[in-house]
Amino acid sequence: MNTVLDEAARIKYQDPGTVRTILSNTKTIAMVGLSPKSERPSHFVATYLQYEGYRVIPVNPMAKEVLGEKSYPDLLSVPDKIDMVNVFRHPDECPEIAQQAVEIGAKTLWLQLRVVSLEAARIAEEAGLNVIMDRCVKIEHGRYNGSLHWVGMNTEIITARRGRRYF
Amino acid sequence: MNGQTHMAQEKRKFGFETRMLHAGHIPDPVTGARAVPIYQTTSYVFEDTDKAAQLFELKQYGNIYTRINNPTTATFEERIASLENATGAVATASGMAAQMTTMMTLLEPGDEIVSSAHLYGGTVTQFTHTFRKLGITVHFVDPTHIDDWAAAITPKTRALYGETIGNPRGSILDIEALADLAHAHKMPLIVDSTFATPYLCRPIDWGADLVVHSATKFLGGHGNSIAGVVLDSGKFDFSTFSTIADPDPAYHGLKFYETFGHYGFLMKARAVTLRDTGAALSPFNAFLLIQGLETLSLRMERHVQNAQAVAQFLSQHPKVDWVAYAGLPDNEYHALAQKYTPKGPGAIFTFGIKASNPRAAGKEFIESLHLFSHLANVGDARSLVIHPASTTHQQLSDEELAAGGVDAGMIRLSIGLETLEDLLWDLDQALLSTSA
Repeated sequence: MNTVLDEAARIKYQDPGTVRTILSNTKTIAMVGLSPKSERPSHFVATYLQYEGYRVIPVNPMAKEVLGEKSYPDLLSVPDKIDMVNVFRHPDECPEIAQQAVEIGAKTLWLQLRVVSLEAARIAEEAGLNVIMDRCVKIEHGRYNGSLHWVGMNTEIITARRGRRYF
Repeated sequence: MNGQTHMAQEKRKFGFETRMLHAGHIPDPVTGARAVPIYQTTSYVFEDTDKAAQLFELKQYGNIYTRINNPTTATFEERIASLENATGAVATASGMAAQMTTMMTLLEPGDEIVSSAHLYGGTVTQFTHTFRKLGITVHFVDPTHIDDWAAAITPKTRALYGETIGNPRGSILDIEALADLAHAHKMPLIVDSTFATPYLCRPIDWGADLVVHSATKFLGGHGNSIAGVVLDSGKFDFSTFSTIADPDPAYHGLKFYETFGHYGFLMKARAVTLRDTGAALSPFNAFLLIQGLETLSLRMERHVQNAQAVAQFLSQHPKVDWVAYAGLPDNEYHALAQKYTPKGPGAIFTFGIKASNPRAAGKEFIESLHLFSHLANVGDARSLVIHPASTTHQQLSDEELAAGGVDAGMIRLSIGLETLEDLLWDLDQALLSTSA
């Protein structure tokens, strides 16, 4: 697993069982920092997740609409119930985003690859949210639905049991 | 899989042999087929037009066309990636194609690499002549001295390159020291680990960034398929490496490293280089390679055990002048071999016949053998023999031969899995029949 977290933080913030439970139970994702530009990484992730059946709500004050969904300037302005807050912003901005995620009653705070903020994690954890850090939602989804394997990547899944789709 | 079992498996780091048999293959949900199916298909029906478009934009991971990926090939790729402790892999039609794919992904005209001179002759030719046509210059150095590598680095150097066990003299690459040197210059170390296989040495564990193999050799192991593979540790920072980091005009300005992170190099190698060069592996060959990988540890154990015994036998034989095997205590690479290949420094080595005319004696020797197959390959389950100066390395000039550590009378052996006593008998009778 490629990560900048130490062993203790990996166990806490990258647990595969927790990741799978979150991906199974999540329906609506607020994506903070989702770019309207088609070639940006956040746009790749949102396109993928939308196709896989998740509703992706953009949170970006610079955008009006992304992938057919109205964009909001911050999490507090989003009228819909949010299961996961997925963050594509600098780690310095994460504690405030975590605070807003708590206030809107999100169940999960998910910081993307190389977005690491232990302070944001603490805020979210204290309010009972699941926290995932330094992981990509698209990669993790692809790991467990088999598509990451199709492009030759090492999913680290070892099993002799017959496969099934998780979500 | 129920949740409990899954949690138990995810806390466990499975062993090498377990991953040889299981990595990269989950029995498919529809048929339950236990062996890896051969997906002998060129193309894949799209689920719908949206998904098709997203696949072409690389916004979805999935199957498009077997020139780019294939489910059987993917099992081979993930399995070897698991065994090498890599983040992923791209399989290619041959080992030469694996090198070409790596270099065409990393380099641009005007770039240089510094490479060990102890390489397969075909690699020297590719690097020297074909790369010159692409505007890429390769500086060759004696791999033994780190200072020589450092001295050959220029502002245009983009990578260091060497073979874990050099062909044909069996020199052992000081991977850890070279990785430090490469990283100090913000460039990747690329290691061809064909002769070692991940069972004997995993270059990524010693700091190498990219690993290439001719899978034709021990990985397949039975001399039936030509194949190669490119692997990435996922640890190298390509953010300042223009070929991986800059917007790609062929994908609407996609930045591979920013978008795919530690998969960036491999995604570009697959979606751009493999797509455009067309050197894809056949799914049937991928299936044969998977069969080979399933017994890799068992075969390599016996390969190195036989090789060590044959090398010792030859080193004491009255008709043998010298033996170059790093498993022998007096070999100059013995200490490096103990560090990097503690299970044994492979099963390919060279020796010279004691003769007044070594070239003629070499010919007599090869023609007298009964069990060793005379051919241009290594890493078969069967024992193989060749005279490099007249075959694999014949494109090289005398100077290149000397730089590559090849002399005119050198015989190269690839020790197979036959009964050891039979191999010793065959070598003995062939040596005693030489008169030159």
